[in-house]
Amino acid sequence: MNTLKKFSLGILISIFISFSVSADKIKIGTEGAYPPWNAKDASGNLIGFEVELANELCKIMGHECTIVEQDWDGMIPALLMRKFDAIMAGMSITDERLKTINFSQGYADEVASLAVMKGSNLESIETSEGINLSKKSGSAKKDLKTITAALKGKTVCVQTATIHQNFLESGDVGKVNVRTYKTQDEVNLDLAAGRCDVALAAAVAFTDYADKSGKPVVLVGPTFSGGAFGNGVGVGIRKSGDGAIGKRDAQLLKDFNKAINEARKQGIISKLAIKHFGFDASM
Amino acid sequence: MDFDLMLNSFPKLLDATLVTLKLLSLSLIIGLFLGFCFAILRLSKNIFISRFAYGYSYLFRGTPLLVQIFIIYFGLGQIELLRTSILWVVLKEPYWCAIIAFSLNTGAYTSEIIRSALQTIKPGFIEAGKSLGLSNKIIFFKIQIPIAIRQSLPAYGNEIILMLKGTSLASTVTLMDLTGVAKYIISTTFKPVEVFIVAGSIYLFLTFLIHNLIKFLEKKYSY
Repeated sequence: MNTLKKFSLGILISIFISFSVSADKIKIGTEGAYPPWNAKDASGNLIGFEVELANELCKIMGHECTIVEQDWDGMIPALLMRKFDAIMAGMSITDERLKTINFSQGYADEVASLAVMKGSNLESIETSEGINLSKKSGSAKKDLKTITAALKGKTVCVQTATIHQNFLESGDVGKVNVRTYKTQDEVNLDLAAGRCDVALAAAVAFTDYADKSGKPVVLVGPTFSGGAFGNGVGVGIRKSGDGAIGKRDAQLLKDFNKAINEARKQGIISKLAIKHFGFDASM
Repeated sequence: MDFDLMLNSFPKLLDATLVTLKLLSLSLIIGLFLGFCFAILRLSKNIFISRFAYGYSYLFRGTPLLVQIFIIYFGLGQIELLRTSILWVVLKEPYWCAIIAFSLNTGAYTSEIIRSALQTIKPGFIEAGKSLGLSNKIIFFKIQIPIAIRQSLPAYGNEIILMLKGTSLASTVTLMDLTGVAKYIISTTFKPVEVFIVAGSIYLFLTFLIHNLIKFLEKKYSY
């Protein structure tokens, strides 16, 4: 009996030790379904801009990292429940999200755009090249009016819980018929199938899909930034609470900020951005 | 626990429950009709007809409902020929794709329930009918069918409850049913536990109602 007790105690202690040892390992959550930001290859390995960047940042920080997959609509809840320690999933820094979690400085800029299938009558809408919703200049207001009129009665498809959905529901383009999907892949499929008149997402998400599928998806209207679209994409980290765990979260935020500075200085972010997006989206 | 959120999300979820109930009742009605037809085809003496009915039930009971709804919604949408046909008017709408998938699925299970109920009727009942000089048609509609319905009530009650939970998959094809709206609220509040507790309770309450309705019917039609 005594040996059994010692044995069980030994197991418990070793479990406890292995837990505390693994505490310095960082888990990073990503979606794996938002190419070229993050995606999966044919054999299910995570690939893409953020997966490579995460590995580079971990190297700089000197942490051992594992990258785990998480459905987009459960990303922030999973972070809060400590399934992982950081989010790198093309997540834009918005005021809405800052109420719940912290963000590092931005590492890349995401511009959003509307997309339609070639031949759509929306192809002809005329606006300026890009509008910044934080400034809302006269021409931006005019463009929003043009878009409002164009989207009237149309089914606009977006991925759920994104800045794109927030924008469509913000009232900036009137009341539109929004349809939400679990993944961007599904938005692309239904845009190509004709169930969506128009879709809204990161411009690169559409161009990447058009390249890979050969479907005639074209970008229309201006590129959007600022306002509901946030201020670039950053690493999402829990707001630091009390105790040792809170301290660790706070430290992690500092580490990530430092590592992003370093990676920027070394040109790593630019290099990876050009590799995956075709242009320098670093910031 | 954020009780305010639970209280605030309740009316929105209750509205969405109507969508869930609409999906459930319409697919059950179509499924019941399909189930009856295929149960009778299954008992046909013609081996091809009977095999065909068996194949239908085998296919839809042997694959997950999620796969079925994805094939009908995303799969059929990929076929150029379909998209230019008149069928696209129906298949374009997520609502009808969900109804088609749910009806075919519950139809397969219902056909098995009705078939086994028909087969377990004691030969004595039919012989009694024959000895009274009743025609086969009258024996079928006035003796076999009523007994089969009574026999299949407990199993069918189960099927309704399974289908109620199955409708939650409608949210995967963009429909805003109870689960869809719950997920939507979570996507803006980031609090899954509270919202899913409320949504789960509504499902539980619906199950409670269905369960008691079936129990009442069982008692009423016992013999």
